[in-house]
Amino acid sequence: MSASTSATTPSGTGTAGAPQPGPSGNGFSRLVQRATSGSSWTVYALLIVVFVAILVMNPSFGEPMSLMAFLKKAAPLIVLAIGQYFVIVSGEFDLSVGSLVGAQVVIAAKLIDGEESMTWPVIGLMVLFGLGVGLINGLIVTLLKVPSFITTLGMMLVLYGAIRLWTGGAPTGSLTEGFRQWGRGGFPDTPGQFQVPYAVLITLVLGVVAVIIMRRPYGRTLVATGDNDVAAAFSGASVWWVRTRAFLFSGFMATVAGILIGGYAGVTAQVGDGLEFMAITAVVLGGVVLGGGRGSVVAAMAGALTLEALFTLFNQLSLPSTIRPAVQGVIIIAAVAYAAMPRRSKAAPSSPTTPAGVPEPTVPKEPQPAAP
Amino acid sequence: MSTAVSTASPSTGSAKSTSGPRRRRLGSTGIVYLALVGILVISAGLVAAQGGNFFSQGNLFYLLSQTSLLGFVAIGQTFVILCKSLDLSVGYVVAWSSLVAATTMAGDPSRIWLGVVAALAVAAGVGLVNGLVISKLRVNSFIATLGVGLIIKGYLDTQYKGPSGEIPKAFQGFGYTRIGPVPISVIVLAVVMVLGVVLLNRTRSGYHMFAVGGNIDVARLSGIRTDRSIILAHVLCSLCAGVAGLLIAARFGTGNALVYTYGYDLNSIAAVVLGGTLLMGGRGSIMGTIAGVLILASLDTVFNVLDVSPFFKDVLRGAIIIAAVAMYARRQIDPASSRARFRALAQSVRPGGARDGQAPPGSSSASAPSTSSGKEATR
Amino acid sequence: MRRSRVLMAGAATAALLFTAACTTDAPADTPDAGAAATEESTEESDESGANSQWFVQADYERQLAQRSAVPEGPGEQPWLQAIDPEYVDTAQYAKEGGKKLCFSNASVSNPWRVTGFITMQQQVEVLKASGDISEFRVSDAADDDNKQISDIQAFVEAGDCDAIIISPSTTATLTPAVEAACESGKPVIVFDRGVNSDCMVTYIHPIGGYAYGADGAEFLVENLEPGSKVLALRILPGVDVLENRWAAADKIFSESEIEVVGQEFTGGDGAKIKDIVTQYLQRGDVDGIWMDAGDGAVAAVEAFEDAGKPYPVFMGEDELSFMRKWQETDMTALGAVYSNFQWRTPILAAQKIWNGEQVPAEWVLPQSPITGEDLEFYLDANKDMPSLHYAKFGGEDLPGFPTAWTDR
Repeated sequence: MSASTSATTPSGTGTAGAPQPGPSGNGFSRLVQRATSGSSWTVYALLIVVFVAILVMNPSFGEPMSLMAFLKKAAPLIVLAIGQYFVIVSGEFDLSVGSLVGAQVVIAAKLIDGEESMTWPVIGLMVLFGLGVGLINGLIVTLLKVPSFITTLGMMLVLYGAIRLWTGGAPTGSLTEGFRQWGRGGFPDTPGQFQVPYAVLITLVLGVVAVIIMRRPYGRTLVATGDNDVAAAFSGASVWWVRTRAFLFSGFMATVAGILIGGYAGVTAQVGDGLEFMAITAVVLGGVVLGGGRGSVVAAMAGALTLEALFTLFNQLSLPSTIRPAVQGVIIIAAVAYAAMPRRSKAAPSSPTTPAGVPEPTVPKEPQPAAP
Repeated sequence: MSTAVSTASPSTGSAKSTSGPRRRRLGSTGIVYLALVGILVISAGLVAAQGGNFFSQGNLFYLLSQTSLLGFVAIGQTFVILCKSLDLSVGYVVAWSSLVAATTMAGDPSRIWLGVVAALAVAAGVGLVNGLVISKLRVNSFIATLGVGLIIKGYLDTQYKGPSGEIPKAFQGFGYTRIGPVPISVIVLAVVMVLGVVLLNRTRSGYHMFAVGGNIDVARLSGIRTDRSIILAHVLCSLCAGVAGLLIAARFGTGNALVYTYGYDLNSIAAVVLGGTLLMGGRGSIMGTIAGVLILASLDTVFNVLDVSPFFKDVLRGAIIIAAVAMYARRQIDPASSRARFRALAQSVRPGGARDGQAPPGSSSASAPSTSSGKEATR
Repeated sequence: MRRSRVLMAGAATAALLFTAACTTDAPADTPDAGAAATEESTEESDESGANSQWFVQADYERQLAQRSAVPEGPGEQPWLQAIDPEYVDTAQYAKEGGKKLCFSNASVSNPWRVTGFITMQQQVEVLKASGDISEFRVSDAADDDNKQISDIQAFVEAGDCDAIIISPSTTATLTPAVEAACESGKPVIVFDRGVNSDCMVTYIHPIGGYAYGADGAEFLVENLEPGSKVLALRILPGVDVLENRWAAADKIFSESEIEVVGQEFTGGDGAKIKDIVTQYLQRGDVDGIWMDAGDGAVAAVEAFEDAGKPYPVFMGEDELSFMRKWQETDMTALGAVYSNFQWRTPILAAQKIWNGEQVPAEWVLPQSPITGEDLEFYLDANKDMPSLHYAKFGGEDLPGFPTAWTDR
């Protein structure tokens, strides 16, 4: 817990996310600084610690099959974390994803109702529905200026109620094998033996796409918007469309997560419950700052993986089921507090006193690509 | 700078709507009460169309008893939201304090006060922890209170297997006694409300809360101990949740951990925002919050009278919350308020508002005023 | 800077101590809570199951005996049967003409309640057609005890209910409100979960949670070798009906050679169930599954398939997606039943009360699990019904059958 040698220093009075360029140094120390700057390295460290702990408790967890089973279970949360990352880094929240995942699974079960031929049309419909929800969220937040916390809280209630109104309170219908394979099956198609789950492949693809998006101009604008939307607007970004697209991503990712969860475990009345808090927790655990402007998408995915690993560890420790939330709470607070701790810096604490309205000249921090 | 700040009076919607002769437009509290009246009129019409009377004693009693519980929690939530913070642990505090009260009283009338004090002490303790974690450890309030909530949940689930303790009959009166259609709990709510309004509008601590919520950096620079304000707000919030827990215990005759599943966390935030308080802090009022709670309770009542599916209620509730806040956002583009002076100052210090560990939810979601006044400062 | 570091370390330590304290004794947080909690912990030294506050030996024995009792009443209408009834006179409530029936429902938040509520509504339709019921008012509390208390108070306050049916969401917390309803002089009918009072005219329920849990536990003990490992999957802690189920099972397991490898709370969420079972399978074999409610049973079965393990001996419920999976895989299983047809009984009880007929003070309905031999019969009887429908819903003779249940 010694002070890290971070150059980008949140000063005591709370800095904006946009990091000042570090003091000049050689390439290597820069690299070290970048790796340990911000707070995302905390999550990688935590992830490694948790994994080691699980392996010590139960060496068989390291077997390929167990590992794949774990990743298959973790995939939906990772996908949700990607979507939530886009929204959070742009300075917003999406509380509606849990309800949306639940709604999607129920819609799928009711409309497909065991008809294999309906699988793809319904998946198409679900994608449209997810994008529609994202679009509505985005437009209400950006055009009607309703804080995203409220918008998505309202959307959460609307979706929760509407879907139950439609089904009378409990889901009906059933999913087809063709639908379920994406969350349950894998390649090669040999249940009970080693296979690479499709869910993991899908997550990998989405993760790579997300990293690419964040390295493109859109990604930089998104982070800049989250950091300071006034400044971003003055530098020519169309803030409302940038943010609306973030909500579109979130809606799409929730749809994918719904397909994966529905595939993984089928339909139950409780599907999706509380996932919004899990996804936000995962993203924050990954060092992404609520309020926007800071953090990388890979770290957010690592945060989701860490959270799932933590649940696995609790299970391996045979921790009484009831006490797990408490330990989870302690770890979340500790991790975020540690990441938020003022660090000793070599640079003088530069207080950000940019004149109002002038966009800060720095390019927002690039997401750190790292091996997941 | 400090002169400007110190002359700025704490502005609340209620002050504006009642005592602001220079303002012709309705303050947000005014709108909320208009909305409340509108909803009552529509409700009465709908019920009358079915041959009922919305304002019957029974319905009024239902409305008021639905109001009181959420009312306590929402008043508390107002303090923290004014400070640009947030409390997601209130549901757990309600549950815990109900259990502490019930197990401490253990059915013995002589232990009533002991139980009340114990429950409130536990609640205040949680608020203190919340406040410390947020202000000293710089953990975002969303995560801090979510985490503290999880910790309490783990404790409650482990320690209490279901309902525990017993509330003596004398104290159950807090939940059941009434004068005409007015339950005792509503009278207590009114007292808490008045105390809250006085605290916010007439004391230094209240004024500091507005300042901290308006812009924490400016507040700090002008010599306010911002950490203290945040901690105080959280302690008050948890105390209010503790009172709600006492009410729950009185109504149940026992304490129950599962109270945390009733959604007081998000509902109270919704009520506060529905009442015109800005989620980004610095502006709002307890009177508005009460109106927000009354709106939600009126909806509950009319849906109950009309026999509407509870799921349809969720849909409508969600839609109303969004619509109301969208309406406020339109109305509140109003740089004349004193809060805007904070904001203008803030903009000269640094653009985009403060951000550190405690950026509030949707802080930069920029409800209209921040953006507009921000732009004005730059022109 | 240093200060916040110290603070953080302090807070983390305190929090850890605090969580550690939970398992042992009073929390270190506040002395007042400590005092309260100590009282709790003495009576809960061994946390759960047969040693918990939920286990009452006399109730347990009575319910186990009732399973083999022969109920009174028509065999083809189990919802009108009663075990060991003690009749009470209801002449004082006799009433002519169309009556207003009020129902305070805890919620329709799970498939079991949805199925039952449809059955109840169909039964009401029958009595509306016959002119016995003029109006059926329902207040749904959405699992909020406080709202249900207000709902009941509103019925009492309105004063125009000719009978009040209550399905309490929590036994202990609804007791004062139900007592207040009884004092209003209207006939009160309580069903499903009870209250700590006998003021109502009749309390309708199947045999109960102990019998439910024992059915499954006995089945597992019979069908498993000594030393086998059983995993218990539970919905959530602190709900009396569910705690009773586990208390009975825990007692039976502890008296057998079966080893319970874990009891986990799942919230009834399929994804969580599948994940937990998968993890247990990674750590070692699981030979049997006991569930306190059938929600998500299929997800648990699939976890065995996906891990390439043989099917366990399985205790599910009479929910159709599980029963279909059971037939498909031909595993050794039991469909425990918490008689869903009990949702019809309160309506018929209200009619009896208005007619001045005697009703049992405690109306214990039969409750028997679906076994391998019955499986075919019940699947056939419900072949048009959707997933998440309950086989023993008892509405086959109602006019709305089958569309009311298939198109819900």
